[in-house]
Amino acid sequence: MTEYDDRILQAGPRKAKISHFRPAAYIIIPLIAILFQVYVPRFVDFLSYLELPLLVVVYFSLMRRQPVAGAVIGTVIGLVQDSLSQHPLGMFGIAKTLVGYFSASISMRFDVENNALRFILSFFFFLFHQVAFWVFARGLLGQNLELQIPQSIIFAFLNAVVAVPLFLIMDKLRVEEQ
Amino acid sequence: METFLSRYRNLSVLLALIVGQLLLLAYQVKAREDVRLIRLWAVTAVTPLARGIEWVRGGTGGFFTGYIFLRDVQAENQRLRQEVGQMKLRNQFLTAELTTADRAKALLEFRSRIPSKTLPARVIGTGTGANSRVVFVDRGSNDGVKRGMAAITPDGIVGKVVAAYPMASLVQLITEQGSVAGVVSQKNHVRGTLKGQGTTNCIVDYVQNEDKLEPGEWFYTSGADRIFPRGLPVGQVKMVREGRGGKEVVVTPSAVTGSVEEMLIVIDGVQGLIPEPETPASPQISILPAPPPMPGEDQRVAPSAAGEAAGAMQTDADKLRDKYRRIGESQGVDIGSPGPLADFNRNPPAQSAQPAPNAATTPGAQPPAGARTAPGAQPPAAPKPQEPRKQ
Repeated sequence: MTEYDDRILQAGPRKAKISHFRPAAYIIIPLIAILFQVYVPRFVDFLSYLELPLLVVVYFSLMRRQPVAGAVIGTVIGLVQDSLSQHPLGMFGIAKTLVGYFSASISMRFDVENNALRFILSFFFFLFHQVAFWVFARGLLGQNLELQIPQSIIFAFLNAVVAVPLFLIMDKLRVEEQ
Repeated sequence: METFLSRYRNLSVLLALIVGQLLLLAYQVKAREDVRLIRLWAVTAVTPLARGIEWVRGGTGGFFTGYIFLRDVQAENQRLRQEVGQMKLRNQFLTAELTTADRAKALLEFRSRIPSKTLPARVIGTGTGANSRVVFVDRGSNDGVKRGMAAITPDGIVGKVVAAYPMASLVQLITEQGSVAGVVSQKNHVRGTLKGQGTTNCIVDYVQNEDKLEPGEWFYTSGADRIFPRGLPVGQVKMVREGRGGKEVVVTPSAVTGSVEEMLIVIDGVQGLIPEPETPASPQISILPAPPPMPGEDQRVAPSAAGEAAGAMQTDADKLRDKYRRIGESQGVDIGSPGPLADFNRNPPAQSAQPAPNAATTPGAQPPAGARTAPGAQPPAAPKPQEPRKQ
């Protein structure tokens, strides 16, 4: 195992450093992300591919490093997103709950401040989110949605590209522990 | 039990959250009811912020783009927009008297022209989710908007209201997957069901392969869905081809091509008429005068007006049939009846002064020898009629 691998891979859950944020950050950042998704595509149509609420869920879950916290963050943001969509409540909620849980679980093993890893995780979780939503829509609601795989892969890549600088900006909002 | 839960605390919480949301989903699906309270909170929290952003954007954006940066370009752009809007409305309402094409004024003009009672609404946001095709408008249940009402513009139908909140409503665009509308084509009145595909185009289902449809033909609302009043433009046929279960028809919606800014919510719909197409149905087809008689044909034609008309309207197929019938008659064979076959390689006998066979069944015409007439037909008395053969 190389030194680089050692740096990416944590020795164990105990070494994982939990990041803290001000309580307001947990409200304002998701609200901005959701407002962005509601409002910005009206004027800049090509930005409609951005899933900022999902990226926020991934970021908070990765930085909190607690699967329970990740799942709860995913649930809340997903349900708010559901409320502003035409889908029944719970579709985005369940998908984002799973994303939050798994990303927090992964963060216990890896150094999630590594930009390359953040890029890969954002790419992966976007695809996971799209596939999960498609599965729930078909399986639970019987909707005849189409999974547009090439488009989803392109969107996942673009979201991952946006995620890296976005996560660096959000890193500035962390509260340093005394 | 306590040890089990504490040992698998993470998994337990995850399962509890997912099961809780599954139950919520199941309740909504089974009861066919929305969990309105949660949506109400979310929309009420977001709508004022969206309105505020829109107000700030409209003020500052308009100032900078209109007066600081691109004053002349902006003015020219506005003028061009007015001209485009003016042309569209002229075509739409067949009037040359529309002098202004300002969008808001055009909407008011359109509103005054349609018989339905409508309410103007402005888009204040879009729905969440990638490729979302729903929009929030600034009119809600306080203004009388209800779920299931239609949203339209002068260009055509936009969508329908899927949720009405006190201060805002959620409008599902016609291009969203799952959107449906009853439609009828303008030219041939082919009926079908418009379905959104989640792309910029829609399809029209339940069109038979035998139905006539051409690319470029317009579809209008049929009123069959009880949402969109009859007679509103929907879009033009982009592509049509025959499929296994029926025609595959792709339609480009006329009102949802770009971003929709303003629309009218149909509060009380009144069925309208589908306008007639401007061009004739098939410009290639026309009724020509009867062709002049062929040389020698005048001998066969009965000396009656009806016979002349029958001879004049004879087609090539009639002439061929006439020729073979004469060959058969000369050989004593009745064509079409069981028995010996005639030798069609021989030439037909020379024309006599007999009347044309086609004229046999017309009043005042002479039946040919051996020619069949309709059962029950009375042969003429003069000069010496032959008995018609029984079939």
